[in-house]
Amino acid sequence: MSDIADTGPVLAADGTPLKRSLARALRVQKTRALLLIAPLLAFVLISFIWPIGVMLFRSVENEIVENTLPNTVKELATWDGGSQELPPQSAFEALYFDMFAATELKRHTRLGTRLNYEKTGISSLFRQSGRKLDDPGKDYRKALGAVTSDITKSATWLELISGASDAARSAPLVASQRQRLSTLDDRQIKGDLSFSPSADIVQLLPRAAREYTAFALYTELVDGKDVAKTKPWESVYVALAADLSDADVSGYNGPHAQMLRDLVAADVTAPDFRAIFTDIDKDWGALETWRTIQTHSKPYTSGYFLNAIDMQKTPEGAMAQPENKQILVKLFIRTLIMSLIIMGSCALLAYPVAWILANLPARKANILMIFVLLPFWTSLLVRTSAWKVMLQQQGVINDVLVWLGLVDDADRLIMINNQFGTIVAMTHILLPFMILPMYSVMQTINPSYLRAAKSLGATNWTAFWRVYFPQTIPGIGAGAILVFILSIGYYITPEIVGGTKGVFISNRIAYHISSSLNWGLAAALGTILLVVVLVLYWAYDKIVGIDNVKLG
Amino acid sequence: MAESKNNDAFVEFERVQKSYDGETLVVKDLNLTLPKGEFLTMLGPSGSGKTTCLMMLAGFETATHGDIRLDGVGINNIPPHKRGIGMVFQNYALFPHMTIAENLSFPLEVRKIGKSEREEKVKRALDMVEMGDFGGRRPAQLSGGQQQRVALSRALVFEPELVLMDEPLGALDKQLREKMQFEITNLAHSLGITTVYVTHDQTEALTMSDRVAVFDDGRIQQCAPPDQLYEEPDNSFVAQFIGENNTLLGTIKEIKGDQAVVQLDDGELIDCKPINVSKVGERTRVSIRPERVEFNKERLQPGAHTLKAEVLEFIYMGDIFRTRLRVAGNDEFIVKTRNAPDQVRLTPGTQVDIGWLPRDCRALDA
Repeated sequence: MSDIADTGPVLAADGTPLKRSLARALRVQKTRALLLIAPLLAFVLISFIWPIGVMLFRSVENEIVENTLPNTVKELATWDGGSQELPPQSAFEALYFDMFAATELKRHTRLGTRLNYEKTGISSLFRQSGRKLDDPGKDYRKALGAVTSDITKSATWLELISGASDAARSAPLVASQRQRLSTLDDRQIKGDLSFSPSADIVQLLPRAAREYTAFALYTELVDGKDVAKTKPWESVYVALAADLSDADVSGYNGPHAQMLRDLVAADVTAPDFRAIFTDIDKDWGALETWRTIQTHSKPYTSGYFLNAIDMQKTPEGAMAQPENKQILVKLFIRTLIMSLIIMGSCALLAYPVAWILANLPARKANILMIFVLLPFWTSLLVRTSAWKVMLQQQGVINDVLVWLGLVDDADRLIMINNQFGTIVAMTHILLPFMILPMYSVMQTINPSYLRAAKSLGATNWTAFWRVYFPQTIPGIGAGAILVFILSIGYYITPEIVGGTKGVFISNRIAYHISSSLNWGLAAALGTILLVVVLVLYWAYDKIVGIDNVKLG
Repeated sequence: MAESKNNDAFVEFERVQKSYDGETLVVKDLNLTLPKGEFLTMLGPSGSGKTTCLMMLAGFETATHGDIRLDGVGINNIPPHKRGIGMVFQNYALFPHMTIAENLSFPLEVRKIGKSEREEKVKRALDMVEMGDFGGRRPAQLSGGQQQRVALSRALVFEPELVLMDEPLGALDKQLREKMQFEITNLAHSLGITTVYVTHDQTEALTMSDRVAVFDDGRIQQCAPPDQLYEEPDNSFVAQFIGENNTLLGTIKEIKGDQAVVQLDDGELIDCKPINVSKVGERTRVSIRPERVEFNKERLQPGAHTLKAEVLEFIYMGDIFRTRLRVAGNDEFIVKTRNAPDQVRLTPGTQVDIGWLPRDCRALDA
């Protein structure tokens, strides 16, 4: 019989619900515990989780195309990549001004490199085009300058675009161009612009006003120069020429209105943007180039992941890579198989050692343990290099075999720069990670189990296999997971002794990080590696149970 | 190769010696014979060599010298798994990765016994220790006493003729231990198996065994049934080790047949039964059990010797009274008297006369 009412929550002595009372009592403890781990937590978050997250994010991130060629991407959105037609003039026009600004900010080669992963040749196409984009601008400056030399003067341009001092200003254009340059340059362009375009001019000469504003922003806020004394970008002349062809300047009466009327009267040919590009490089007239840009214009892409599994993103969807480029899946499989072999050979070698360690008297076991731990105190590079000395064709092992007459001098064994070398060296290096968990588990197994089994009639082998071995499985499991996960991501040893046949996927990742600079692909490969490890871990947990793993 | 000399002997140790380091002997010249069906306990302080003897019998240690015979056959060179000896370990050694039924089935499997017979034997063995419902559990899910029963039934399931037990009740609490002592002896006797039991607990040894072998310093000091061991210890080690004992130091004055006169160190002369003393002038340790000392002269036979004593302490223990006295310079002389209505309760400081029968007073080695 209880004297507490059987309805409602249990109450503490002062009438508050017991749960709340308990939570309050534990709060101080919890806060203290949290404070104790806070430094480590912060350190791990800042130096581990966050960088890894950022790196993995690169495997899908693809904003570079849209950021570098914003208007081109917009124009291409309506173009049917499957058609046999080149994109419309407007796309070429957008490309011209996008490319010009990118070239001025030296961003076009970066995009070229990015698109080169998808289609070889684009990198040099972009570099070349960037160099030659000035030429049409110079031509137009000459042509317009021939009509009136005023137009070639920096001050004239400033007065022209600024319009009458009492004219309405176009703040939106400045803001949009500031945004455009900021995205392009990957940093916020800050500061006040001394200049602002007049709304009339923006309406009359939209392209020229736009390009001139971009130029003015860049010159004043990035380069720190005086706009009035700096020659405008060549693209501004091209823009003006394009504007003049369809502008009605008769009603305009701002500064230099007469000059504009003269220029319109001169009837300079409007620029043919498609011709400009196809003159620079005939590849711009190829559908393939445009399709590549269109296919990879989305801010997030599955392209890197498709590349990582030997496929590619095409306008028609995911397709297999050409045969000669399919190496990564093979490399993944090789990494898995070799890691399994290393894990297996580690287990085979470690088991007897751990057994001896666990069964020797403590003093002798400690001495032996030093030998096991000795490799930990030696640099990884030294150990790996030592294997190079041992295994190479003129190395110690071959010398001994030749001296013994087991191997012919002309026919020395190739034991390095192949899979054999990697397996041998990595087995040696990872062996302690197998021995230690096995040892700590075996140490806890009472020798009386074996005696009991024998007294019950089991032979030495049966006693071992039925009684001792099952009890060591947690140790084997722990060691196997440890060695497998370590080896699947191993880098230095395969790099040094692996040659071309014995390298792992991690070496490929390193190559893309430091040599080809294809970080997106590297991140995709890394993500896949991480997922594979997690899946294996999950499977192990399902089959063996992670509770059965003991590290000590 | 060695033939049994004694037809009665089931287990025989003959001049067995054991050394681990080649310098000191852990077991020195051990001779012991067990007839079939006997419950023998090896009792002794730790390091006395009793466990080593058991391990040699089980086959986990080899004798450095001498013969061990089982049913007339020398087993020195037979590996443990072929000896067919059941063994119960101190920590039970139940295989943690197997269920109880699997544990019991293990010795039958290695003997290649068929499945149905195996199951039947396992069931019978578990029922025998009243653990029939626990076959599907793991050892870790059982209490200490339950594990103990399982270990016992595992050692018996393959019907060995000899069972060895190495301090099997050491980890249990007192009540459970007493219950298990009873169960083990019952089981051993009803099945008629020969048992060698190792313990350092003398009560356990006395209550369970047919015979007790008292070990010290690598030798059997005395091997006798419990009552004989207690009442007629062969030497002062056994007298001291088994039960409570009063000792008085003295010198032999005179020996006549089974009677001797001992002069205690304070000059008193007492009559004793000489056990392992032989000549006059030898130092001796006189042993009297606390419950054989009498305060009441009327209960003593005529001619029984009396000594003056001073009461130092009186302890009421319920069923008995325990009185500490100073006798012949010994401050630790204990007398136990039954709590009876007519029993005197002595107050400290009182002078009393105490006495005993000469046959309860044994002159042993010093």
